[in-house]
Amino acid sequence: MKLQQLSLFVENKPGSLRAPCEALAAAGIDLLTMSLADTSSFGILRFIVRDPDRAKQVLESAGMVARVSEVVPVEVENKPGGLAKVLAAIDAAGLGVEYMYDFGAASRGGKAAIIFRFEDPDAALAVLQAGDVRVLSSEELLSDRTA
Amino acid sequence: MSTWNDPPGGFHSVSAPDYLPRPQLAGVQLQRLQSVVTRAYDRVDLFRSRMEERRLTPASIASLADIARLPFTVKADLRDTYPFGLFASPMEEIVRLHASSGTTGKPIVVAYTQADLDVWSEVMVRSFAACGIHRGDVIQNAYGYGLFTGGLGMHYGGEMLGATVIPISGGNTERQLMVMADFGVTALCCTPSYFLHLLESAKEMKIDFSRLRVGVFGAEPWSDSMRDRIEQESGIKAYDIYGLSEIIGPGVGVECSEQRGLHIFEDHFYPEIIDPETGEVLPDGSEGELVLTTLSKEAMPMIRYRTRDVTSIIAEPCACGRTLRRIRRIGRRSDDMFIIRGVNVFPSQVETALLRVEGTLPHYQIVLTREVGLDQMEVKVEVTPEVFSDEIRKLEALQHRLEASIENILGLRVKVTLVEPRTLARSEGKARRVTDLRNV
Repeated sequence: MKLQQLSLFVENKPGSLRAPCEALAAAGIDLLTMSLADTSSFGILRFIVRDPDRAKQVLESAGMVARVSEVVPVEVENKPGGLAKVLAAIDAAGLGVEYMYDFGAASRGGKAAIIFRFEDPDAALAVLQAGDVRVLSSEELLSDRTA
Repeated sequence: MSTWNDPPGGFHSVSAPDYLPRPQLAGVQLQRLQSVVTRAYDRVDLFRSRMEERRLTPASIASLADIARLPFTVKADLRDTYPFGLFASPMEEIVRLHASSGTTGKPIVVAYTQADLDVWSEVMVRSFAACGIHRGDVIQNAYGYGLFTGGLGMHYGGEMLGATVIPISGGNTERQLMVMADFGVTALCCTPSYFLHLLESAKEMKIDFSRLRVGVFGAEPWSDSMRDRIEQESGIKAYDIYGLSEIIGPGVGVECSEQRGLHIFEDHFYPEIIDPETGEVLPDGSEGELVLTTLSKEAMPMIRYRTRDVTSIIAEPCACGRTLRRIRRIGRRSDDMFIIRGVNVFPSQVETALLRVEGTLPHYQIVLTREVGLDQMEVKVEVTPEVFSDEIRKLEALQHRLEASIENILGLRVKVTLVEPRTLARSEGKARRVTDLRNV
């Protein structure tokens, strides 16, 4: 299943990560995972929360520019070659990966989760679900993290 | 019943001069020109000595074309004669003084007799009428009240029109929006950049201003593309008004419903376009520096005042029926210009370049620096929800498109930097577009 991810524009300068995190903290929003992509002048902060629409509102009312986009969480075996196997399947299906990041490897009995952003999330989802790769549902992904 | 701001056919006398046949207008202009030149010659030392240097007397002005023989007045003349050296009336007859902000050194001071204030209100009434503002309209006047002419000029014009004027002055955005919504404001006066700021804040605060119909925007150059954005996003009609304190304040010229150039109130302000290098008068249609002569001013006549504003005169008749000639919207002031690597650059050119790239609102700032002897120009552009992408390469592509668009217009490589929204300085008065950090 596809998962909603929140992306935020941040300038490459001291303090620019703190403001969004403080705004979300004040609203009681828990960051489940996050990743930062950066260039020499700006960055994109991407994160997964339980209620991305509310988080977007919180950030926008703090004057920031945020966007909700769709990503695909994929299960990966937490052992050498686990990710390579999944990437081979993605490659074989001819899917383009924009970026990916870890959802946190510690949980779920030896299985890790990797968040993928594909050029075409719907096509990717169809191909992956039909193949040997296990796409996680947001329920199993998010409920694991409540403990 | 007929009121004086009715459209042509039913108008009362106040807007009548807007529709004078040209020959009749020329007669009024010549008589007033002769009278104001005589007044300045008789009462202002600087002007008389400059006339004498050219072996001119007031009698030398036999036709309107003779105005080209008169000396120019420049801003430095106002500074050099600070505070009262150019006054043509004794203080007993002067009822109001205004002054410029004067960012460098002494401000410039301007004076009004009661008759001058009456003319000012009259041209403001005619300006409001041209923008379709009537008795019954509620005008929120967000120009600064005080030494700046914008606030009081608009204020008395609005009252003389018979509209309801809210003298809220500048600043305090939240209160502006509250008043706009709660008082049923139908017309707003402020700078265009401040209106963009109000629009942004209104969206955030979810303020309803659907009763607002007209904006009268001036005191800084703004482009047609900026007007398109304002009108599309707000649903109001946005009119450009022109004026300067040295001449009278707001109300020297204004757009009509056609929005194709600003009618100059030529019965009070005589416009010429000159070549800024040679001072030679250029024919209608040519671009050059606007020069204005106050035809009816008493306290402080300005003879051939060089405005530094770059425009051209449109002599063709306007579809609105006014016979007053128009000037093209002023995109730039010759002194806003900066030179980088030998290229003359006007901020308005950068604005045009940014607007050509779809989805970019004109919140930007130009920063000039000097690195190892070479001048660098950076344009900081705020990211908006419309252009923000989750993908680095799309944002970099946007940066490159903006850079290419600017290079296309200026012929100059510049660096575009995307910055977080609401981080560039928003003045509540005039927009400050250029920061020059070069130690030249």
